[in-house]
Order: sequence, then structure tokens, then C-alpha cells
Amino acid sequence: MSGQVVVRRGRPGYPGRLLELHDPPAALHCIGRLGLLDWTGPVLGTVGSRTAGEPGLALARRLCRAAAAAGALVVSGLALGIDAAAHDGALDAGEPTVAVLGCGADVAYPPRNRALYRRVTEEGLVVSEYPAGTEPAPWRFPARNRLIAALADVVLVVEARRRSGALITADHALDLGRDVLAVPGWPGFAGSAGVNALLKAGAGLIEDEVDLLGWLGLAAAAGPAPAAPDPQAGRVLDALRRGPAHPDQLATVLAMDAGPVSAAIARLELAGLVVRDESGCWIPLLGRGGGDAEPFLPPW
Amino acid sequence: MLGRALTFWLAGVEARPIEVEAATRQGATSVTIVGLPDRAVQEARLRVRQGIYSSGFTLRETTVTVNLAPAREKKEGTGFDLAIAFAVLAATRQMPRAAAARVAAIAELGLDGRLKPVPGVLAMAEATARLGLHGIVVAPENAGEAMLAPGVRVIAARTLDHAVGAIVGDQEPAPLPEPAEPHSEPYPDMADVRGQLRARRAVEIAAAGNHNLLMCGPPGSGKSMLARRLPGLLPPPSPAEILEIARVRSAAGLIDDERLPGRPFRSPHHSASVAALVGTARLRPGEVSLAHRGVLFLDELAEFQRPVLEALRLPLEDGEVVIARAAGSARLPARSLVVAAMNPCPCGYHGDPGRPCRCESRRREAYQGRISGPLLDRFDLLVEVPRADAHGAPGEPSAPIAERVARARQLLAERPPPLTAEAEMLLGQAVERSMLSARGRARALRVARSIAALDGEAEVTATHVAEALSFRTELLR
Repeated sequence: MSGQVVVRRGRPGYPGRLLELHDPPAALHCIGRLGLLDWTGPVLGTVGSRTAGEPGLALARRLCRAAAAAGALVVSGLALGIDAAAHDGALDAGEPTVAVLGCGADVAYPPRNRALYRRVTEEGLVVSEYPAGTEPAPWRFPARNRLIAALADVVLVVEARRRSGALITADHALDLGRDVLAVPGWPGFAGSAGVNALLKAGAGLIEDEVDLLGWLGLAAAAGPAPAAPDPQAGRVLDALRRGPAHPDQLATVLAMDAGPVSAAIARLELAGLVVRDESGCWIPLLGRGGGDAEPFLPPW
Repeated sequence: MLGRALTFWLAGVEARPIEVEAATRQGATSVTIVGLPDRAVQEARLRVRQGIYSSGFTLRETTVTVNLAPAREKKEGTGFDLAIAFAVLAATRQMPRAAAARVAAIAELGLDGRLKPVPGVLAMAEATARLGLHGIVVAPENAGEAMLAPGVRVIAARTLDHAVGAIVGDQEPAPLPEPAEPHSEPYPDMADVRGQLRARRAVEIAAAGNHNLLMCGPPGSGKSMLARRLPGLLPPPSPAEILEIARVRSAAGLIDDERLPGRPFRSPHHSASVAALVGTARLRPGEVSLAHRGVLFLDELAEFQRPVLEALRLPLEDGEVVIARAAGSARLPARSLVVAAMNPCPCGYHGDPGRPCRCESRRREAYQGRISGPLLDRFDLLVEVPRADAHGAPGEPSAPIAERVARARQLLAERPPPLTAEAEMLLGQAVERSMLSARGRARALRVARSIAALDGEAEVTATHVAEALSFRTELLR
């Protein structure tokens, strides 16, 4: 693809952070907005499972949207699942995002993310240490992860299995002295094992954007707090906080008609407070709003 | 000598008049038909010749030329036999010329001179009344159907000579059947559906606002059970609608002349061809037309062949099918409520807590991708139907639901309820958060109106809009 720019080590424009690696890439092949390589604000690396379900994706999207809106640059790997959701979230906020690929920067891989790849090249930046046309190969992805860790100030992990690529990124981040954050998972789920292991090892625990912005040293964007749900939506949300449920179950438990239950769920969804899982059940996302909660302060 | 008679040919559900002219001269006995007849019409000359002899008439030493006018339209079918026979008999002075020319004659002739029924007689009887003819002569089996047309004299005759006798007044026509009774067959009742509160609500909204409905859920969750109960929630068809329904059934040769038709429920199998669904090149109605004013149920939507699904798009949009062929085109009505059902994935169990799904995510996406965006756009409502709970409480019966639906439809017909400012804002938010596409906004608005009407409210509130959002088809994209 035309428009590819090569930034060599030791030349102006080469990100200084990469020199902290013991094996900094000799050159970065870039497509998109080169200026993003010297972003002055905080940089958030986001990684996670490629097979995450809708709740994990929704949370990643929401967290990255909030971080980007507040002034952080979201960096991820354009993989399926959490990576794509992270880029999506940033673009949703109308902010740029950086994708680090494990193949040539001109290779839209995986094919299912082709549309997203195109958006990132137009509104953000795609970088790779491999020359144009390099085909994706399994051993290149772990190597790519060290670049995500090096470019970031803080690495957030949403859903990760044991021995996953996301944990490799987290290891690199720790080696480089970056903060590692993780969203906790319900014990026993495969996608929880990796993140919970990170938390046990001392990673920062992230429940919502207030936590995340605290770690990034950013104030919550002065957007409106999520619309206060009406009383019925409040009842539905309370019920969901006791466990995931299908609308039919909610209607039975709350002795409400199906219509108002559906309406309440749609309002909660619009406010970003609930998300639907694969089985059609709804589960709550923590939402403390913009202003009504104490921001979590990092321990320093 | 020249003889004339009148008949019709059927283009879709439209009866187009044909004037049959027969000219005779002395010569070797023969019958020739001109005027773009198809094979079945060509063979009429043999049936007519033999039928004439069998009924005690004669064609000895007569050369007959029959012309079907207008000659430019290509004619199909066997219903012209009787009119051809009338024209020939008039030309040979075996029946009064005026008698042959003042009725429409529609029947096939047997070699024994008997009259046989043909499809499409209802539309022809209506056309007979419009043209102000004296009456329509049909086989006894077609009499009940012809009587559905208002303001037409139906003359039923058993044989060719009986038909001639009945027109000129020498013989009594065959007795007419009792007028058709109103539709009375009960539809299955919603009380049989246990649980499924949200899906039941979706069905009710669909009935209130004529919204096409897509149900998604594992096998055995009750999707087709719900669909089959939908016709019973719609108000009974008006007299005009009954005629429309009967006209299509008549054209397809499916009419029941003892009972007026109710709202049809058609459920074509997913292996159906484009022709079976949309209509054949011979201008016969397909399933979309047979479901006119009723419910078209497409079970296993993702299993239909792609060209079939694409061919459905236009009829769903326009409410009619246009079949064009070399010799002309026909319009068939196709205004039905479409209910489709699909599994969430090829194995059917994705998202079912009771059974693991065996499909790769890529295969699942490909499966859902078989429903193209433009087709999905034709559906206003998407509802997930979870696996049925056999122990759930029995649901509300159909009768009270049908009452609410009838009231809502009346309300919507009188005046579509306006939006409150709050409702407008919520709709705007949903678009802004990309929960809705631009088309989705219009759909959600329509659905919200129907919900407001069901709730008997004069305004569309934010709650109505929110509920409409919960059924948005964008969830499947």
C-alpha cells in the first residue's frame, strides 16, 4: 500500500520509549498519522482475549472510549475480540488510536477486522516493525506485544486466559516498569484466570472508567453523567445486580409486564449500565457516572 | 357466418377479456385457432370438436377459423373451450347469435361434452359484472366461487347442450350451492404458549402495527407456535379483503366455496424455489401472494437459498409482485405480515444454557450473514426466543389480545400518535450512540407508535421508544 513511512531508530520521530526495550526495533513501518508517535498525554495499552464475549467487549469499548475522550491514546494490536473493541472505543470517542501489527503494516489482518483496519489507517496510525508485505506468522505476535507494552504508560487487560498473549504483554509491561491493570473476572471462567492471576500478583483493579482514569492521571471528561434511570429501570438494575437474567425472568420476578421490562433494559443499555451476553441474558456493568463517585486514587 | 362469444384469460389475479370469433365456410371439417394461443388452447380445437359432437351438435362439412382477440396477447389455459364452442355453434346457427354474445363463458370441455372447472373464476365473475354482461356460464364446481363476486348472475351448466339450453331459456340451469358461510375455523390460541413473555409482546406489537417480525432462538423454543397464532390476533378481514384473499386462492385453484376465507397463514418450506415463493412465469400466484392479507411464515430463514431471499425483498417492500414475461406482465397482491424464524447458529444451540453450541464463531457469523442487510431492513422487530419453559404459566388467551390489537389498529388508522419531546430525545440518543442506523430510526419510530397505540395512549412517550429500541434488528448485525 502506498503511504507507508519508515521511521528508523536514531532518527527524529522514533519513539524514545521503544529504546527502553533491550531489543528496540530497527525501524517502524507506519501508515497513518505519524504525529501520534510522539503523543504527549498518557498512553493506554489495552489487550485481552480474542474470544471475549459481548460483556467483555462492551466493557473494553467503554473503558477505552472514556480514556480516549479524557485525553489518553489507546494502543492495541488490532486482533479480534478485546483489541478490536479497544480501537473501536477510541474511534467512537472521535479520538485517534494506534494499532501495532504482527505483520506488515500494509497487511489487513485478521481479515474480519478489515473495515476497522481501514479506519485506523485513516483516523489513527498502524505501525509494525516488519517490512511491507510481511505475512502474519504465529511467532511474530508475541514480539509485537512487547511494542504495545513499550509504547504504553499503562497496560489494561480485559479478559485473559492463562498463558495468553495478553499476559505476555503484561509481562513485558512489568519488565519495563509500566503499570499493569486488570478487570477482575468471576472465578472459574476461562477468561478470568489470566486477569485474576495478574490481580493476585498486584495489578491495579479496574471496575470502571473512574478507576481507569485515576491510574492514567486524568480527570473524567466533563460529559453528562449517565441519565438517571427512571424508577422502573432502577428496579430492573437492582434485580440484575443479583445475577444475570433474561427479560422474561425479570418480568416474572418483578411482577412487571414484558413491555416495561424491555423498555427499562433498553434505557439501561443506552446509559451503558447493562450489556447482553450470548444467551440473551442481561448483566450489569458498573457505572458510577461522571461526578457522583470518588475517583480512585493510585497509591502514590 | 360469424359467431361471437366472450371469455377471459387470467393474468395473475386479473381477468382480461377475450372476444372469441368463429367464422365458418363449407369445406372439409376442421377447426383452426389463431390469436397467439398456447399449447393448451391449441388443443381446445380437438376438445371442442369432440364436445360438440358428444352434445348432439354437428360440424359436418364445415371449416371453422377461430380468432382470439386481442390477438397480440398470448393466451394460456383451458377455460376458453366453452366460449369457442359457443362461437362455433353461433356461427353454424345451432344457437342464437345474440345468446352466445351476451354471457361470459368459462369452462373446459370434456370429450363427452361436460363442463369442467378452471382456476380464477372469481376474478372473471367480477369482470363479468363490471362489463355489464347478462351472466357468467361456468361448470357446477365453479358456481360457488363465481357467486362470491357481487352483482353477477351465475349460470351453472353440466354439459355443453345444457349450457346452451340454460342461456336461451329452454332448460333450467344447474342448482346453485348455498352462499359461502363466513370463516369460522378457529386459529390456535395464544393460551397454549407458556412463558415467552417478551416474544408474546413482540407478536402483539407485530399484529397491532403490521410489523414484520424476526424471531431468533434455539430449535423447539416455540417460534413457529407463536407465528401460527398470529393470524388469530389480527382483526377478521373486511368484505373487500375477503374478496382479495379469495381472488388469489381462486387464481391458484385453491378455493373452498363452502366457506369464506379467513386470514391466510402460509409457511413455505425453506427449499422452496423463487417461482414457488414469488410466482411462476405462467403468472400463477406464489406463496407471497397466497399469504396476502395474512401471515407469511418463513421458518429457518437462513436456510432459504440466497436468490429466493433476494427475490422476496421487492414484494415485501411494495406489497405486490410484478411478474414480467415476453408477452406481458401481471401484478399480484402480496401485502402480508412476514414472520421469520431462525436459529442463532447452524447447530441451533448458540447461547442456549442447556446445551453447548458446536459451531465455530466464524461459521456462526457466516450463518447470520446469510440474511443480507437489505433483507434485514424489511423487518421492524427482532426478538430473541429463549428455550421454552414447559413449566411456565399458561399465557393470556388470544381473545383479549386480539381486542387490544383491534383497538390499537383503529387508533393508528385514525391518527398516528405524536412524539413527546423526551421520546424524540431518546431516539436521537440511540442514533448518536450508533444503536440505530438511519433506517433503524424510522423503524423504531413506527414500532414505538404501535406500542403507544397498544397501551391506548395518545402520545409516544420515551418508554414506548425505549421498548421499541429493545426489538431493534441492529442487534443481529
